[in-house]
Amino acid sequence: MATEVHAAEGATGYIIHHLTPLTVGEGFWALNLDTLFFSALLGGLFVWFFKMAADRATAGVPGLVQNFAEMLIEFVDNQVKDSFHGKNELIAPLALTIFCWVFLWNFMDLFPVDILPLIGSMMGIEYLRVVPSTDLNATFAMSISVFCLIIFYSIKIKGPWGFAKELMFQPFGPWLLPFNLLLKLVEEIAKPISLALRLFGNLYAGELIFILIALLPWYIQPVLSFPWAIFHILIITLQAFIFMVLTIVYLGMAHEDH
Amino acid sequence: MSINATLIGQMITFALLVWFTMKYIWPPLFDSLEQRKKKIADGLAAAEKGQEQMHLAEKKATGVLKQAKEQSSEIVNLAQKRATEIVEASKDTAKKEGERLILVAKAQIEQEKQQAKEGLRKEVAALALRAAEQILSAEIDKTKHQDILSKISNQLG
Repeated sequence: MATEVHAAEGATGYIIHHLTPLTVGEGFWALNLDTLFFSALLGGLFVWFFKMAADRATAGVPGLVQNFAEMLIEFVDNQVKDSFHGKNELIAPLALTIFCWVFLWNFMDLFPVDILPLIGSMMGIEYLRVVPSTDLNATFAMSISVFCLIIFYSIKIKGPWGFAKELMFQPFGPWLLPFNLLLKLVEEIAKPISLALRLFGNLYAGELIFILIALLPWYIQPVLSFPWAIFHILIITLQAFIFMVLTIVYLGMAHEDH
Repeated sequence: MSINATLIGQMITFALLVWFTMKYIWPPLFDSLEQRKKKIADGLAAAEKGQEQMHLAEKKATGVLKQAKEQSSEIVNLAQKRATEIVEASKDTAKKEGERLILVAKAQIEQEKQQAKEGLRKEVAALALRAAEQILSAEIDKTKHQDILSKISNQLG
């Protein structure tokens, strides 16, 4: 058992073991297989479920699957309508994907910390980190994709010159051009970084606390992990929601022409 | 914990997921939602329209009923009037007929009276003549007093 293997290294070893990804390759070209695998698996789950709902979609009385899918669709659509006033075919599906995918990532956090690594170790996998959102690569991949979209739509809607003008002349007018530029660049770059780090930080800390609880004697564990897990149900949904809403808001800002 | 090529892999996965959602998931589900919305709105509108029509029909029915009542009472009134008229007219006719009958009867009576008078007069004349004849036959020569006799007879006849 993973716990026993690392018992010799003490609590630190246990924690480090749990937070070390399964990696192949060296340096930058290393791949975190567990992150890739679980996020792809969860993405597949999301797509499978919604495809099933979409295939059964009727305007008549909806079934259970369709009902649930439609509830999410309507929820996302309302969010998009609230914060985004342009016309864009991409925003709503993007928001839905982000919400569901991030939620599923975070949901992995609610599995007991040892169970999947245990199964992994039985199959000969030594390291396994099951929550993709505790991997900076996953959160940054998403936020950088969103950032690219922000830049793309900014240029597409406002034109290259319009976007450059916005960067240079706002908010303080042409006389403070360097200051404006600096402020705007920081503002733009802060978007993907804050998006990624917020999600990562919350989930990493949450996972860490689950691991710490798992280190305690078994009779104390439920007392702590149960309320923490309940609290975490709120956190994982909230984080997915925040990521989605901020994406919509940022893209809405990119669409606003001053 | 460091950034590595996983980032690129994740970005590709993300792009694929978004593409798939945009292409195959969002449109049908959203369409079905919109269609249902429309269906419900249509249904509600139809219901409202139906109710309005019912209201209108009720109003119309009340109007028609009222009109029918008015018409029927008018007809009854007319009929009553006509009946009174007819009764009056027949009374008139009857009275006239009666008067006429009375007149005719009176005329007949008069005529019969005249006839009877005539007959009686003639009989009286004849009787008087015969009586006179008998009285005179003893004393008066018929031939001698012929013109007197005929004068009397003429006067009596």
